[in-house]
Amino acid sequence: MEPTYLDNNATTRCDPAVVEAMLPFFTEHFGNASSIHAFGSEVGKALKKARAQVQALLGAEHDSEIIFTSCGTESDSTAILSALKAQPERNTVITTNVEHPAILTLCEWLEKEGYIVHKLKVDKKGRLDMDEYKSLLQDNVAIVSVMWANNETGTIFPVEEMAALASAKGIMFHTDAVQAVGKIPIDLKNTKIDMLSLSGHKLHAPKGIGVLYLRRGCRFRPLLRGGHQERGRRAGTENSASIVGLGMACELAMNKMEIENTEVKRLRDKLEQGILSQITHCFPTGDVSNRLPNTSNIAFEYIEGEAILLLLNKMGIAASSGSACTSGSLEPSHVMRAMGIPYTAAHGTIRFSLSVYNTEAEIDRVIEAVPPIVAQLRKLSPYWTDKGPAANPEAAFAPTYA
Amino acid sequence: MWEYSDKVREHFFNPRNSGPLEEANGIGDVGSIQCGDALRLMLKVEPETEVILDAHFQTFGCGSAIASSSALTEMIKGMTLDDALKVSNQDIADFLDGLPPEKMHCSVMGREALQAAIANYRGEEWSDDHEEGALICKCFAIDAVMIEDVVNANNLNTVEEVTFYTKAGGGCAACHEGIEEILAKVKASRAGPGEVSPPPACPATPEAPKPPSKKLSIVEKIAKIQEVLESVRPMLQRDHGDVELADVQGKKIYVHLKGACSGCMMEAATLGGIQQKMIEALGELVQVLPSSHMPVEA
Repeated sequence: MEPTYLDNNATTRCDPAVVEAMLPFFTEHFGNASSIHAFGSEVGKALKKARAQVQALLGAEHDSEIIFTSCGTESDSTAILSALKAQPERNTVITTNVEHPAILTLCEWLEKEGYIVHKLKVDKKGRLDMDEYKSLLQDNVAIVSVMWANNETGTIFPVEEMAALASAKGIMFHTDAVQAVGKIPIDLKNTKIDMLSLSGHKLHAPKGIGVLYLRRGCRFRPLLRGGHQERGRRAGTENSASIVGLGMACELAMNKMEIENTEVKRLRDKLEQGILSQITHCFPTGDVSNRLPNTSNIAFEYIEGEAILLLLNKMGIAASSGSACTSGSLEPSHVMRAMGIPYTAAHGTIRFSLSVYNTEAEIDRVIEAVPPIVAQLRKLSPYWTDKGPAANPEAAFAPTYA
Repeated sequence: MWEYSDKVREHFFNPRNSGPLEEANGIGDVGSIQCGDALRLMLKVEPETEVILDAHFQTFGCGSAIASSSALTEMIKGMTLDDALKVSNQDIADFLDGLPPEKMHCSVMGREALQAAIANYRGEEWSDDHEEGALICKCFAIDAVMIEDVVNANNLNTVEEVTFYTKAGGGCAACHEGIEEILAKVKASRAGPGEVSPPPACPATPEAPKPPSKKLSIVEKIAKIQEVLESVRPMLQRDHGDVELADVQGKKIYVHLKGACSGCMMEAATLGGIQQKMIEALGELVQVLPSSHMPVEA
């Protein structure tokens, strides 16, 4: 049986139309866009088209606001480091404690370098406290960086409102929109967002291509200096094939935005309800009324996520988990911790993330597969008895913790 | 996904001896809440012979935690308690044809559950002195707590020293930044508030033996060399290796590396570390070489 891929927040398959658009740029259109001859100018035209396709998906006012980079992480680093370099009199970064490591690890390093980082907390549903945010918008803040949508729970942050608040205080605003672009409508020209990161491989373009949107007039310092590519804002010969692929993927995403928010959402809801109605002691995490249409993150209590994934994988079903063991770290997902999910549930969180390629039959199969897997692992769990969870799980099993 | 051996997969997909054991008379509950692993080991021990008649487990944990638990119960059934106590976490990992470095703690948890269950049977208190930190060196599975303890105990100052003492950083070298951070942290805490920490080149070991000024007799020199070798042996033995003196020829000290040390990819680092200690102890430049480098006698 064909495997079922429900891990589209990790990465997506390239759309066949994307691959087709890219192929000539490995062979006949191999030129360097900077060259004056015909080999180069063909590529130059293709890059211009791709830039316009990205611009359209983001609703950017000018195509020169699109800077191609190598990935979402590069875009994130470029944005934050640029803001600090361009405004040396400001030494503070505001972000959240549920960001992607591309932001959090950079911020930890910035703290070691002497910068001040404020990480906004979230409540049990993963929502921000806007009063806390407003109180932090002081003159020493160089940049606010808040993700548009959370990669683990799909929870959407009010970045447009937050950008407007920052702008009113003269503070730059960046959003890591890697999970949001292509899944929910974005219209940057009608926002106060100064910078935005996107990553190609999250929307059916290849890996190794990203974009930094940079609002015209926003002060900027490049991360990579060298040639004049991207108007000197990101040196290095353009990854032309991947840029063309990303352009095509953005156009497809525009066309499929409606399906994403109707059909994909319906399948996601069916999957979630199908699992929740069959299994006790499990619950969806995050802000379920305000999240990406493709993401469902379910915590299965008293069992561990990696074990669930291994059994799912055996049945040809791919998902991911916030458990410590899947990352090689000792801690369960920082997002689950930030929301105050207890350890016995945080370790058992499974993220199902769909795409437009998923079918009803696949979802039905997953709904059927999950309950026996959970039952099998609970049978092994010291927190579980044959009648359900131990009467008082914490007391029934209180191991000596290292 | 992890590179699990077939045996780990087999024990995970078909765990042996899982579920409660009604007649258990020794129960050990251990776990690491942060890591998300917890294990209850239940033993049925025959009181006269102290033979383990049956062993069951219940585990909240990942694939390798379940596989380690399953393996452990298979290994200890039929053993006496004293023999079971000799089962090390490495034995559990070996039984499973190895575990990824990030997962070695699963086998440690198995060993701890065994100790706890036997203590419970014997009516003793079992307390765990093992603390686990973030994994720093993935090549040799060394965590931050271990590195910090060794740095503190031995007044280490450089990444090379940490590698010699713990092996951490001796493989791909990607964790050197992490090791440097631990060194800086320990150094800062050593210096105490208000004090200036010494420059990196100056080891913070005031009581370190001064190099002897007078020339050593050959007997004194051999005695010093033996002293240094004795001081490093416990460390090597912990890794199932050993070292002994083969010969001394002028400034060249030849040693036999034995057990796990022989042919180990860390051989050069091990010898380098011993050489450093020899130089400090003897107060002269010497070279430490494997016995295989000894000139063949005519």
